[in-house]
Formats: sequence, C-alpha cells, structure tokens
Amino acid sequence: MLLVVLEHERGELVEAACEALTFGRVLAAKMGEDLEAALIGSDDDALVAAAGEYGAETVHTCTHDVLSDYGPDAYGAVVAQMVESLSPEAVLACGSDRGNEIMAQAAARLGSPFVANCKDVTPGDAWSMTRVQWGGSLLEDTAIDADVALLSCGLHTVAAEPGGAQNADAEEFEAALDESHAITIVKDRVVQEAGVTLPTAPVVVGGGRGVGSEDGFAQLEALAELLGGRVGCSRAVTNLGWRPHSDQVGQTGTRIAPEVYIASGISGAIQHWVGAMASKHILAINTDREANMVVKADWAVIADLHEVIPAITEEVKRRRG
Amino acid sequence: MKILCCVKRVPAPGAKINVTADGMDVDAAHLGFTTSPHEECGVEGAIQLKEEHGGEVTVLTLGPGDAEEQLRYAASVGADHGVLIATDGTAYDPQRTAAAIVEAVEELESAEGGDGTEDGEFDLILFGNESADAGGFQVGIRVAHALGRPIVQGIKGIEVGDESITARREIDGGFEVYELPRPAVLGVKEGLNLPRYPTMKGRLASKKIEIQSMEVDADEGGQSRVRLHRPEEQISETVILGEGPEAAAAVVDVLEELGVL
Ligand SMILES: Cc1cc2nc3c(=O)[nH]c(=O)nc-3n(C[C@H](O)[C@H](O)[C@H](O)COP(=O)(O)OP(=O)(O)OC[C@H]3O[C@@H](n4cnc5c(N)ncnc54)[C@H](O)[C@@H]3O)c2cc1C
Ligand SMILES: Nc1ncnc2c1ncn2[C@@H]1O[C@H](COP(=O)(O)O)[C@@H](O)[C@H]1O
Repeated sequence: MLLVVLEHERGELVEAACEALTFGRVLAAKMGEDLEAALIGSDDDALVAAAGEYGAETVHTCTHDVLSDYGPDAYGAVVAQMVESLSPEAVLACGSDRGNEIMAQAAARLGSPFVANCKDVTPGDAWSMTRVQWGGSLLEDTAIDADVALLSCGLHTVAAEPGGAQNADAEEFEAALDESHAITIVKDRVVQEAGVTLPTAPVVVGGGRGVGSEDGFAQLEALAELLGGRVGCSRAVTNLGWRPHSDQVGQTGTRIAPEVYIASGISGAIQHWVGAMASKHILAINTDREANMVVKADWAVIADLHEVIPAITEEVKRRRG
Repeated sequence: MKILCCVKRVPAPGAKINVTADGMDVDAAHLGFTTSPHEECGVEGAIQLKEEHGGEVTVLTLGPGDAEEQLRYAASVGADHGVLIATDGTAYDPQRTAAAIVEAVEELESAEGGDGTEDGEFDLILFGNESADAGGFQVGIRVAHALGRPIVQGIKGIEVGDESITARREIDGGFEVYELPRPAVLGVKEGLNLPRYPTMKGRLASKKIEIQSMEVDADEGGQSRVRLHRPEEQISETVILGEGPEAAAAVVDVLEELGVL
C-alpha cells in the first residue's frame, strides 16, 4: 500500500495534498499497490470524499485533542505510528513546508531515510529516485535501503488532477498521543496581507544590483503598479538593504510564476533563476548582452534600465490614453 | 545563553552548476565557497540574541578541513567558538550527518569548561531550514529528535523568554506562532534578519580563535547517491527588442500581445 499524507487547512484539502495524491496515483500503479491516504486532525466526510476523487481507496482519519491544530511533533508521531501498524510499502507527502516537516519528523522517529522533493520514483526491492538539489538547479539520482520508503514529491512537480475516482472509505486510526506531543503546536495565527502577492502576481518587475540604489526602485514600482503587478528583487538587493527579503525571488526567496517577468539589472545567477524559471515569459533589461538573464529570456532590451523603464511606463500611459 | 549554530560549507556556483566527471559531486574547481543564506541568518540571529541576553555562540560544521573558512567567517561577525567535525570529504547522507552532529553536541554539552565547571547544554540550537546544496530538509529535525528537544522549521522570527522561546513562521498571507520550552531547536530561513558584514577588527579577531576539531564515528545512513546531473534546459532564442529607450514601443507591443496591459 502507498500512504499519502494529506495537508489540509480550514476544512479543505490544500493544493499540495492534491498534487501528492496525483503523484501518488502514478506511483501506486507502478508499485501495483493500493493508494490510501492519511487525514490527520480531521475526520471530515468532505475531505475523505475529496481524497476519493483523486483515487484514494481508504482514508485513515485520526483525531485527538493534541491534533486540534497543526503541530510537527504530533503529526510526525501519527505518521510514524501509521507506518508501524498499517505497514505501508511507502509514504508520500507533498514537499511543502509542512509536508517535508512531517515526513522528516516521522523518519526521525522510525530511524528510516527520508528522500525530500522527488521528481521521479522507481519502486522495487531497492527503491531509487531522482530528487531536486540546489532548489532545482541540479538533480540527484539516489537510492535507499529501508523497510519503508518515506518520500515527498517536489511542490508543483505535477499539476493536481482528479482521477481514478473512488468512493473512499474512512477508517478511524487510534493514535497513542499525549500532552508531550503538544510540545510544538501552533499557538497563534496572524493574517497580514490580502490582494496581489509576489507568488501570484500576473506581472513581476524585478530589479537587481543594476538598479543602483534603494531610490532607483521607484521607477520599477511605478511600472509594476501600472501593470497590476509586484516588484521583485535579487539577493544582492536584499543584502544591500534596498528591499525587504519578502521581495526576493530565488532559491532562498519566493518562487514566482507570472505571465511575464521583467528582470532588470539582474545577472541571472542560478539561485535567482530557479525562483524565476516558472515565469511564462521573461523580458530582460540589461546593459550586458551576455548576462545569463538575457541569454535565457524570451525578449531583451540591451540598455540602461533607468532609461528604458520610464520610457515603457510612458508608452503604456500613452496607449491607455 | 548558550547558542549553537550548524552551518554547511557549499560551493557558490554562478550561472550554472557543473558536475565532476564521475557524477558524484559539484565541480568546484573554480568556485568560491559559502554557506546557505538560511544558515548565515542563523548565525546573525544567534549573535543578536547574545547581544541582547548575554552568553556565547558556538558555530559547528561537518565537512572537509577547508570548512574552517566558514567557521572563521562566522567568528568574524561575532561567533565565539568554532567546532569542526572532520569528514573524509565524501558527502554524508542526512542520517549520518545528523548522527555525527548529535554525538558532537553531547560531547560539547558534557565537556568541562576551562574553569572546571561543566559547559552545560545549549539553550538554543539553530539550523538552516535546508542546506543550500543537498536540500534534505531533515538534519535539524533528526538532531532535535535524538536530543529529545522540540523543533519547528521555517522560522523567520525568534523571541527568547526565561522559560520558553517564541518563534514565527510564514504561511500564505501571514504567519503562525509557536511557543517552545527551553532548550529548543529551530530551523531558520533567510529573512529572519539582515546579516551584518564583518568589520576589519572582527576579521582580525577571527584569525585568532581556536577551532576545536572533533572526530566522531557515525554509521552510514540508508540513503546513497548514484549520480548528480543537470536538469534539461529549455533553450530559448532571445529576441533583442532594441538597445535604448526607443525599444519601449516594442516592449509594450509584447505586453499587449501577452494581454497584461
Ligand atoms: C545558496 C545560495 C542561495 C542564493 N539564493 C538567492 C536567491 O534566492 N535569490 C537571488 O537573487 N540570489 C540568490 N543567491 C545569490 C546569487 O548567487 C547572486 O549573487 C545574486 O542573484 C546576484 O544578484 P544580481 O543579479 O542583482 O547582481 P549581479 O550579479 O551583480 O548583477 C547585476 C546585473 O545588473 C546589470 N546592470 C548593471 N547596471 C545596469 C543598468 N544601469 N541597467 C541595466 N542593467 C545593469 C549588470 O550587467 C549585471 O548583469 C544565492 C546564492 C547562494 C550561494
Ligand atoms: N555538513 C553539515 N555541517 C553542519 N550542519 C549541517 C550539515 N549538513 C546539514 N547541516 C545543517 O542542517 C540543516 C538542514 O540540512 P539538510 O537536511 O541537508 O537540508 C542545514 O541548513 C544546516 O544547518
């Protein structure tokens, strides 16, 4: 059996859970095994039914006082206990913050390897997989020697797609939990911003060291606002204190996926590129024709961004009348 | 308060990452080395806590002898001690890395200080959320579990109280707050703070600190590398729209075509 750990929030499966089920459906078929799911902290029928629409035959639900809100210790302990009593061949989560955290917690308890952010998995007597390193700039083929394969699939490695619909059965799982498992539990939640955020913006106007100063970003702000987008930046810029880290695109920043990324004054180091590569189109503005960002872009303007960006802004205003 | 930070020496590649002929490692022949930005923020966070609450900061790395460079860098921005667990230069898998760090922590915590007193336990151990190269997302969690201490990953805010540590982590459109009893462990992310640059004085002082070398025996874990390779690149023909502000019209034509006007 392949057990998929379901991430849920406010009574719904999150996108990552649907991706894990989609990835898991293919993997279970390769294994020739059933697809089942673990629903921790809820036994909501709607969630069970939703997992069924993605092909889960059985959903093991687990509720308990210490599971009333998310907590890595308690959630990891439940997954470890499920491995011990349900004996799955493999357990899969989506490689979101929570998914990787829960799997690593379970792996630590079981003393088993855990392979994070897989792109491709080959089951067998000895399991092998291809996984992401360097935030996606490099791939690693790896093999594990373990009684149970503990895995996560990289976030957005597959698009969530319902399939293999089942009338999923809910089965209650009785976990041995006590107050000690509540040692890490969400105590409070703060909601900050609404509206267009960097990961969801349709247009991102990015600036790198080439912008030259904190004030230089005013021109990028003006264009982004006109296009209903957001300003992004490189790490060089956050390190210089010109922009907050929440604007940083890349391996240790935000992954963006806009319709178009206008990358200005950014050289396109691999750690920046992995955060930008999901953009549907890229337009680079750079004085250096050989810059990696220019080479990888769909379109480029070879010029000083401080001349080009205001000219673009003016032209947009002119056409809008 | 006593704080330990675990950092990993990694190559700093530029536009692309090359792999050695045998496929087992990144070809670092012409590269500089660094640590993950997450870990740099961990070191900065530890130093800020020391400045606020007093105490000392120890930085630990497991790697080749050259990893001393990363320890000295940490010392140049304010860390007090450096510990190097030497490997033979091969990549340890996450279980083996964690086991070695656990052994080292236990030894450090039970060692006697120069004044004959026990050094005692670390109030806080900081890891990066994930290492820059391997990105296993687990070494910190494995260490915390073995030591029987709580850990939360993805931390971008830390406040220390007498009995507990409050930690914040980002979620979609906001953040979650956790409260952990001391001693605790955290996996931190870049954005926790803005790391300082070393001063000339710091740089000089860092040359003098003693790096403690440790040898530990840690069993191999259950994961083994087969090979590294680069993902397939989509190669696009870049269309040059112009070489000056007069290209603006062509740029806006493109934006219009994409329907983002
Ligand atoms: C583990 C690790 C993780 C990292 N994570 C990230 C990350 O998440 N995000 C990130 O961005 N970086 C990250 N980095 C850093 C990365 O390697 C680069 O150092 C950084 O992206 C460089 O930023 P930049 O392109 O702005 O600066 P530079 O590389 O200095 O490039 C500046 C560019 O501006 C151009 N330019 C200069 N003046 C002008 C002008 N007037 N008009 C137009 N163009 C001009 C230049 O030709 C050049 O191409 C990471 C590094 C490591 C080691
Ligand atoms: N070789 C190492 N030496 C010291 N710390 C390490 C090492 N490998 C991993 N770590 C720490 O563990 C964190 C998580 O690593 P990983 O599980 O590889 O993603 C890193 O951010 C470091 O803080």
